[in-house]
Amino acid sequence: MSFAVSVIIGLAGLFALAAALRAAARAGLSGRARSIANDIPLTAAFGLLVIAIYAAVAIAAPALAPFAEREIVGNQFEAWSAEHLLGTDRIGRDMLSRLIYGARNTVGIAFATTALAFVVGSILGLWAALTGGWLDQVLSRIVDAFMSIPALIFSLLLLTIFGTSVLTLILVIAAVDATRVFRLARAVAQGIVVMDYIEAAKLRGEGAWFLIRREILPNALAPLVAEFGLRFCFVFLTISSLSFLGLGIKPPTADWGSMVRDNATLITFGDITPLLPAGCIALLTVAVNFVVDWQLYRASGLKE
Amino acid sequence: MDREVLLEIRGLRIEGRSGEEWTEIVKGIDLTLHKGEVLGLIGESGAGKSTVGLAAMGFARDGCRISGGSIVFDGIDLRTISEKQKRDLRGARIAYVAQSAAASFNPAHKLIDQYCEAPVVHHVMGREEAERDAIDLYRRMQLPDPESIGFRYPHQVSGGQLQRAMTAMAMSCRPDLIIFDEPTTALDVTTQIEVLAAIRDIVRQFDTAAIYITHDLAVVAQAADRIKVLLRGDEVEEAETRQMLDAPREDYTKSLWAVRTFARAEQPPASGTPIVSVRNVTAAYGTVNVLEDVSFDIHAGRTVAVVGESGSGKSTTARVITGLLPPKSGEVLFEGNALPAALRRRTREQLRQVQMIYQMADTALNPKLTLRELIGRPAQMYLGLKGRVLEERVKELLNLIELDPATYIDRLPGELSGGQKQRIGIARALAAEPKLIICDEVTSALDQIVQEGILKLLNRLQEEFGLAYMFITHDLATVRAIADEVVVMQQGRVVEQGTKAEMFAPPHEPYTELLLSSVPEMDPDWLTRLLERRGAA
Amino acid sequence: MIALRVALGIGLLFIVSLIIFGATELLPGDLAQQLLGQGATPETLAALREQLGLNDPAPVRYWNWLSGALTGDFGVSLSNGRPISELIGARLGNTVFLALYAASLAVPISLVLGILAALWRNSIFDRAANAGALTAISFPEFFVAYILVLWLAQTGIFPSMVRINPTTTFGDRIYMTFLPALTLTLVVTAHMMRMTRAAIINLMASPYIEMARLKGLSPLRIVLRHAVPNALAPIINVIALNLAYLITGVVVVEVVFVYPGLGQLMVDAVSNRDIAVVQAVALIFAAAYIALNLLADVLSTITNPRLMHRR
Repeated sequence: MSFAVSVIIGLAGLFALAAALRAAARAGLSGRARSIANDIPLTAAFGLLVIAIYAAVAIAAPALAPFAEREIVGNQFEAWSAEHLLGTDRIGRDMLSRLIYGARNTVGIAFATTALAFVVGSILGLWAALTGGWLDQVLSRIVDAFMSIPALIFSLLLLTIFGTSVLTLILVIAAVDATRVFRLARAVAQGIVVMDYIEAAKLRGEGAWFLIRREILPNALAPLVAEFGLRFCFVFLTISSLSFLGLGIKPPTADWGSMVRDNATLITFGDITPLLPAGCIALLTVAVNFVVDWQLYRASGLKE
Repeated sequence: MDREVLLEIRGLRIEGRSGEEWTEIVKGIDLTLHKGEVLGLIGESGAGKSTVGLAAMGFARDGCRISGGSIVFDGIDLRTISEKQKRDLRGARIAYVAQSAAASFNPAHKLIDQYCEAPVVHHVMGREEAERDAIDLYRRMQLPDPESIGFRYPHQVSGGQLQRAMTAMAMSCRPDLIIFDEPTTALDVTTQIEVLAAIRDIVRQFDTAAIYITHDLAVVAQAADRIKVLLRGDEVEEAETRQMLDAPREDYTKSLWAVRTFARAEQPPASGTPIVSVRNVTAAYGTVNVLEDVSFDIHAGRTVAVVGESGSGKSTTARVITGLLPPKSGEVLFEGNALPAALRRRTREQLRQVQMIYQMADTALNPKLTLRELIGRPAQMYLGLKGRVLEERVKELLNLIELDPATYIDRLPGELSGGQKQRIGIARALAAEPKLIICDEVTSALDQIVQEGILKLLNRLQEEFGLAYMFITHDLATVRAIADEVVVMQQGRVVEQGTKAEMFAPPHEPYTELLLSSVPEMDPDWLTRLLERRGAA
Repeated sequence: MIALRVALGIGLLFIVSLIIFGATELLPGDLAQQLLGQGATPETLAALREQLGLNDPAPVRYWNWLSGALTGDFGVSLSNGRPISELIGARLGNTVFLALYAASLAVPISLVLGILAALWRNSIFDRAANAGALTAISFPEFFVAYILVLWLAQTGIFPSMVRINPTTTFGDRIYMTFLPALTLTLVVTAHMMRMTRAAIINLMASPYIEMARLKGLSPLRIVLRHAVPNALAPIINVIALNLAYLITGVVVVEVVFVYPGLGQLMVDAVSNRDIAVVQAVALIFAAAYIALNLLADVLSTITNPRLMHRR
């Protein structure tokens, strides 16, 4: 129970810090940055703060972690102590260190996967919407067919075939996710392509690359950025789930999903330590979702 | 007017929310309406006329609030009674007719079900009686098949018929007052007449009071006993219709009246090789022909107005000329030489010669580009201008369209007014230094005073640079103002063409006659006379 | 028109079966090589190829596989040689039971919450429901599951592992499956509630809703008679989408609670690289997914007068 209280106090502290930073930004900044600071809700400020902290931890992991990622430094399942703040895991590695390295591994892999899916999916989607005709039809029908298999199931099928190394994991999840990005990017671009300014540019004789770069992309950016956040959450949760199932990132690499799986037996004894990595996953996803929600609200609000 | 007062509004103030702030959009309006009287409420966009109309029902849209004044309907103060009491009045004693009937009918229910809803809910009559009544009113509104039309869904009925069905629905509880909010604005001219006549008759038959909201003076003149002019939430003046038309007091009102007086000087007949000739063009979307054997010429320094209602093929003709829609047969000549049919086969030089200005400047300008980029791009692309030269050219173009370069050059389109945006569209077309500019309904989304400014600007540029214009429009007043030659289109065919003088003088083709006679005039008796004449014919 | 949609759905299922089958053709080497590893002798390889029918051309193998699957014969497991239909048998029923259980909790709860949040937009209730839903969406399923275990199973109210067999009574099943069903419900409800809310709010901004208000109708009547009939199509799609999501969700939840369902089977098969079982289960999941979307499509067509009553 005291742990639950300290979690609540910690979250409240983060919220207070976010509020303080926002107030400082409102006072200190000027121009556009200031108007954003004025407009940002507390939840989104909290989200940005959490994302910044995760990024900092991921970058500085070796400096922050008291022990090495894969080193066995104690007995199995040691309790929380001064030396091992969060105890040790199933084979005696330091939990806190692995948690810190997990920020680097789990988040890094999820980010790389999302970025890959995004580049491929959105370029194809914009291109299909702009070109139209048979190219659009073929690409869209292929994507429709692939999307009629549930994402996790399709990923499992592909992982069975290609094996479960980190690289295949990234490629498989990115491929499956790119279909979703394609569909969104195409829908967004289709809304833009019917605008008269695109027709005007076509009449002027502009090429496809200019149209995508100067006319479509600037207008598609806001929804695509919001979608990037959502897709990241989805990929992050999928990879964590796969790791939890033993099919994703595998030990000894420190990863939050597999850490839960590895130490799950403790839960039946009422120990919450194995849930900490899951909590780390949840906190980051909540943070990203808060920011995305704000962005979506802004995008819809500006339209009115 | 010695009849009893029905509605009395005093010092009405309404605020609208933008972001976290409330700004006043109606600034203390007084309004008195007697029983059976029709009041015309006119003004340009942003005048607050719809907001005032809704406030007469005690209603404010989301994001608006009534912040001051009193609204007394038949002795009841709508600002102090409960929501329940207001609901009892709405639909029963005060009814509303919206601008877009297609969007305001619920797509999930049949027309007659929606008709019967208010009488049944307000306990005016039972369901069966309401159905019989609906058929009776549909007949009075001169809807085709009054017995069966109510049993259709909204999407199965045309726009003009829906608007009449909505007026019938508003009449279902025999209210004391109906608010008409731009009921004919979205309709074609020939349909507008029918709806306007039907509305006027039904209001007279039942001696219903009405507030008729519109931006079109000539329309309101046919229906209203009195007219009130609004400007940015303030009243400008109010008078009896005839008096208002004959002798407006305020400068603003006079300027509204004067808008339609602009006319381009008569031009001598054109000669020589036309800039563009459309020769026997037939075009289709899929297998359906949308253009049949269309031919006309456009000469340098001349304006050809292409006139027709929606679906007549006038915009499609523009698509054929620009190469967006290659025709099935026929060709387009540029200075005597055939242009490749498809856009991508045309050379950059050929593309440069024909530029286009669009109806909706909002969607025609990329909202993420500054004016410098928007206007500079054609000059950079076609004429190879760069750096200082390009900047000077953009400034010169801004000066041409009467916008101060220093203030505007780095703005985004979103920071401009509607008329200014349309001027940017013109500057962008000019930047290519073309010989022909196609103007697709360029003034129809604008307020009348702004329209006039744009027409004058186009006229000045034409004289300065010897441009040819193809002017697509449905508005005959615009044709009168700016055209040298006129092409009348109907269902993909050219029904008549000739000089402006020929077109506006009899004899006419029957369709041209219908079109010409349907344009409302600033004369309260115009509609009555027209209907008599058509009835006699 | 509905017949056309059904035909399209069947066509799609056919294409999906091609993809699932075709994916195995991407295997480096062939299945026999894969199973026996590098050290296999040419003789044993040839024998296994013969046994698995790998010498037939791909279209023949595809036809054999598909026609088998249609009659419930998915071949044998590569890891233990048992018929796959036997492995699937009872597990399919268990998974369907769990999904329906979760759906019967989640659908009513989320519809009511979604509609209320839309009606009381920007109220405290709306904000709380939204923040709660956003948080629930952000939690990995296993996190939700373990929190419930810590909270409800540690105190002994509900079992943390599901031990059911064909003789378990319905009541016992409901009791023992409560925690997995609740986990799925929490995750799906959040999505469904948010989407329902968005669909209704979108609708309430329509001019015909303003018209209904100006006719003096009561808020209840406006919602029931003017909003709901038009919201049916989006809501049906929201439900279908989330029931389809349940299909994915069961995989993780079944593993956490050691629930004997298809998800468990699939995860084990993936670990063993038992491609025949994975294919079979993937085909079943995909078929269910397509059927749900097809059902939603047909239902929203029926409820849309624009599609049912042409001009």
